[in-house]
Amino acid sequence: MKLMTALMGASALAAVATTAFAAGHEGPRGRDGEVKIIYWQAPSILNPYLSSGTKDIESASMVIEPLARYDQDGNLVPWLVDEIPTTENGGVSEDLTSITWKITPGITWSDGSPFTSADVKFTYEYCSHPEGGCAQLTKFGGVSSIETPDDLTVVVNFEGSTPFPYGPFVGGESPILQAAQFADCLGARAPECTEANFNPIGTGPFVVTEFKPNDVITMAANENYRTDGKPAFASVTFKGGGDAAAAGRAVMETGEFDYAWNLQLAPDVIAKMQEGGKGTPVVGFGTLVERIMLNHTNPDPSLGPDERAVVRPHPFLQEPAVYKAMSMAIDRPLLVEVGYGQAGRVTCNWVPAPQLYASTSMNCDTQDLAGANALLDEAGFTDSDGDGVREANGVPMKILYQTSTNAVRQDFQALIKQWWAEIGIEAELRNVDASVFFGGDPGSPDTFQKFYADVEMYANNFSGTDPQSYLGNGLCDKAPSPDKQWQGENISRFCMEEFDALHAQLASTGDLNERGRIAQELNDMAVSNGMMIPLVDRGRLSAHSNSLGGVILNTWDSELWNVADWYRMK
Amino acid sequence: MLTYTIRRLILSVPTLLFISLVIFLLLKLAPGDPMASQPLTVPPEVREKMRIALGVGQPWYIAFPKWLYQFFVVEPLYLFDAMLGTDWAGGQQRVISWQTRSPVMDIVMQRIPQTLWVVGVAYVVAILIAIPIGIYSAYRQYSWFDNAGTFVTMVGFSVPPFFSGVLVIVIFSVWLGWFPSIYDTTHKVTDWASFKVQLQQMVMPVMVLALQITSQLSRFMRASMLDNLNQDYVRTARAKGLGEKTVVLVHVLRNSLIPVVTVIALGVPSIFGGAIITEQVFKVNGIGQLLITAIQANDLPMVQTLTFIFAILIVLFNLIADVLYGLLDPRIRYD
Amino acid sequence: MTETPITMDKVEPTAPPRSQWADVWDQFRHHRGAMWGAGVFLFIVFLVLFGPWIYWNDPQYVPTGRDFLNLRDTRPIYVALFDSGAKTNWLHPLGTDNLGRDFLGRLLIGGRISLAVGMAAMILSVVLGTFIGVLAGYFRMLDGPLMRLTDLFLALPLLPLLLVAVLLFRDKLSGMFGPEGGTFILIVTLVGVTSWMQTARIVRGDVLALKEREFILAARSIGTTPSKMIARHLLPNVMSPIMVSATLGIATAIITESALSFLGFGFPPDFPTWGKLLFDAVDRMQLYPERVIWPGILISLTVLSVNYVGDGLRDALDPRIRGR
Repeated sequence: MKLMTALMGASALAAVATTAFAAGHEGPRGRDGEVKIIYWQAPSILNPYLSSGTKDIESASMVIEPLARYDQDGNLVPWLVDEIPTTENGGVSEDLTSITWKITPGITWSDGSPFTSADVKFTYEYCSHPEGGCAQLTKFGGVSSIETPDDLTVVVNFEGSTPFPYGPFVGGESPILQAAQFADCLGARAPECTEANFNPIGTGPFVVTEFKPNDVITMAANENYRTDGKPAFASVTFKGGGDAAAAGRAVMETGEFDYAWNLQLAPDVIAKMQEGGKGTPVVGFGTLVERIMLNHTNPDPSLGPDERAVVRPHPFLQEPAVYKAMSMAIDRPLLVEVGYGQAGRVTCNWVPAPQLYASTSMNCDTQDLAGANALLDEAGFTDSDGDGVREANGVPMKILYQTSTNAVRQDFQALIKQWWAEIGIEAELRNVDASVFFGGDPGSPDTFQKFYADVEMYANNFSGTDPQSYLGNGLCDKAPSPDKQWQGENISRFCMEEFDALHAQLASTGDLNERGRIAQELNDMAVSNGMMIPLVDRGRLSAHSNSLGGVILNTWDSELWNVADWYRMK
Repeated sequence: MLTYTIRRLILSVPTLLFISLVIFLLLKLAPGDPMASQPLTVPPEVREKMRIALGVGQPWYIAFPKWLYQFFVVEPLYLFDAMLGTDWAGGQQRVISWQTRSPVMDIVMQRIPQTLWVVGVAYVVAILIAIPIGIYSAYRQYSWFDNAGTFVTMVGFSVPPFFSGVLVIVIFSVWLGWFPSIYDTTHKVTDWASFKVQLQQMVMPVMVLALQITSQLSRFMRASMLDNLNQDYVRTARAKGLGEKTVVLVHVLRNSLIPVVTVIALGVPSIFGGAIITEQVFKVNGIGQLLITAIQANDLPMVQTLTFIFAILIVLFNLIADVLYGLLDPRIRYD
Repeated sequence: MTETPITMDKVEPTAPPRSQWADVWDQFRHHRGAMWGAGVFLFIVFLVLFGPWIYWNDPQYVPTGRDFLNLRDTRPIYVALFDSGAKTNWLHPLGTDNLGRDFLGRLLIGGRISLAVGMAAMILSVVLGTFIGVLAGYFRMLDGPLMRLTDLFLALPLLPLLLVAVLLFRDKLSGMFGPEGGTFILIVTLVGVTSWMQTARIVRGDVLALKEREFILAARSIGTTPSKMIARHLLPNVMSPIMVSATLGIATAIITESALSFLGFGFPPDFPTWGKLLFDAVDRMQLYPERVIWPGILISLTVLSVNYVGDGLRDALDPRIRGR
């Protein structure tokens, strides 16, 4: 638990730094007028328990808040509580089965009523209701009960020893709802509470004045906010819709808006927009990795529906020489330059962060076409019929390479197809509309879970800072199959007994450093055994106008986590 | 003509029911899942629970009658309640969107103003420009005016709005800074100054949309005028000594309007349908944007309701067009 | 209103009588706009058909290694005239895209698909629309059912329809005609089937008015069969709206194709088409204007040339103008 102490120390320092930072910009609440934020995906609802779309969680985070948040470095910061409970300060029980949060006294809801432990307990009941269809159920996984000894104390009891007890009520995905407002909205009645879902009463710096779903939210400063002089802005216009290019243009070129979220644009386009001189891009890195998944089953279309992408193995993709050569042929620094610029980093890892869990054992910075060719030659996969495509195990090395529709992904496809062609592997490209690809409809042949292709490219990450359940995506029994309606997170159908055993060990280990070691080993085991080819560690690139101060981009929590500290530079 | 209209109106009920069923089955059959917009960090078990809470998996023979009842009985009741302050609906379940968990009709009503402002105005502007252009182009066929008109309308129609929209934004918002690039849907027109602001934000989307509509309409107008200008009755009219103005604007125009009326009647429902791409480019967030986001999010109740309202308008305006044919050309008879 | 003009000459014919189509061709030949249009159109067809064989760059080739950095984002050679610092390369006359692929090569090869899809889908949609429109307008029995069918097609939401069609037919078609042939047939059918309604409504409206005219009554009184009536008397008189529909249809088809491939229903992502080239270039419009201008010009030029050919054809087919 030494590391946890270090984390606490750092977060305390960060809190001091934030206050010092804001010192020069103090004044009465609402002194800076209006701030305009644009998200190119429009928020549909302001209740993160009914939708976990990033747009919904982040817009809601300006209104409703969790007990603790992650800061820009992934450290826990107390938000509505006095301190982060740890085993050292007695907040977490020695057997790791319960955690006790002490709510800061004096916090009120925006309607003036006091914020109590009953609200926290209610939030748990709201989400864990069996008929509610709560989107954040995983946050409360393993919780057996919640006790409220008094108005300011919340005890979360877990079913077993939980090495990482910071799931419930931590981060933008599990904020506290007001019990009084949502009392009649439990379970099946959740969707009937339109007024509450669109206008939740919160403890955050702003309150909703008007919510137009999928269009625009207007907010005003919360008069009952706990810190004097905050927020600096009296009102917020939160516009949604359009596309990333338009959002970037509105902030950096025309200056109509102050903050644009997640500008997934090519680096030269961002650079051109920046020449407009009205705004600045900011970058933060999290755990999102763009990767190519390798199919461990045979996706041959001639197989029947119960066998296609179910029977193992793939004709040649599990040959170590093949997947190693495919990875060596890729020029990752170039991919970063073409696709993401400053918002991307080369990575060879499945888990690129936090540092504790990020493996450093592999290196993939340089493209080595000659080496890749040699590797394939050595393994005996040569071009025996002279058509420019190698044969392996009796079949030509022709693969179908699919991904979702997205300008950067199509550029990557073209580049990688060319590199693979140079080592004698022919790729046919296919792009699928994102709403179908990620849709998971068992009736569609084009979903990423079905994986009716040899390789596919997409990005994935995990929420929070603990990778245990994310690493669980490599377990044998999580592979999608027809009898499970093609549900399951083990997309590549990777299956290794050693991996499963090691993951079980991770789940029962409490010591942080040991967890880090095991996680790194799991990461290396998956990547070096051909589960995937990691490509780029993708950061988040947002832009703010040059007159907007106090922005600290945070990829571990809501990007708008510190909106109370934003101010207008004069 | 009256009996024909009444017969058609009665007949349109089964037609619309059939159309709504076809749309429903089509949406049911289309691959897609309302959980697609949820991040990959949400595990399958949780997704399945969310689906059940929404009622996604219901078979069509349960879901379709339920939707019909909600749309034709519950929604009108709520409408009456809102207008008369009564409580006939009694808290019955309305058509609920899967994305927002709120009544679909409320969102539709929210979107109508900006759609009418932008798409509706574009249509009116386009009709006002297109008809004179079409008439004069045909009257002076192959004059420089006609050739210039042909060039502009053809290029205007060939350039898709995803390009022309961004082009006008770059010119008028980024370089010149005259107009906002993002439409403010919260803006309310209360006085002259706010009306001017409204005009400013409407100019670009209206311009882009009107160019497309004008191109189409003026081509049909011109072609139809050309057909009629050489007819015998025109010669007769001229021989009778009628003024050129009367001949062209009364006799020829009236007989040339049938295709134009058809095109306009087909276009009016699309005013309601909104303009998907133009609305996206300028962030107008009208009905078109609502429809496309609902389709992308597989929000079936929303898509079903919007397309069905659209279908009602199509059936209605095609009926109006048929009636207008009879007024324009009394020789046309339906019974 | 009859097809062959009544000759009032008393002079004995010295040459054998000319066929109607020779007359039409004669008229067409003297239509300046039409001849220009036809010339430009044939030139574009020639370019996209034979250009890729003559032209030296492979449009799909992505340079690797150091070449990549040297060759990406080169400007067209004419840019050097006004911007001497621009990165140009004589081997790539119109420059390269952000991955170093030759832009002219992509335009040429992309034109094949765009033109083929545009023409085929337009023909399908116009034929379908005219057929349904004429039937509905002429036969009162069919009017109701066919027009309700039109209403249905107008009301169907396009995107889900495409998704369903792709789901049902893509694999079967690519099994029968190969992946590219299957995609082509699917796209042409989809665009055609979803765009005939306007033509049908317009043609029907015109036919409704035409069939009450005196010349139709006259033709009917001499016992002309319905098929002859449609082919000889009705169709020539609804030619002009059909021509307009056809011209507009090409533009719509080319753009719709790009929307389809953007959604992932079309050709593989590394297969360029004009619409897709235009779409991909919009974000970099200020940096590399040539990448939007050239596909834009080509689409517009195609549509304009077809428009003038249509105008000429319409004039040539109109017996009242012919010989004027």
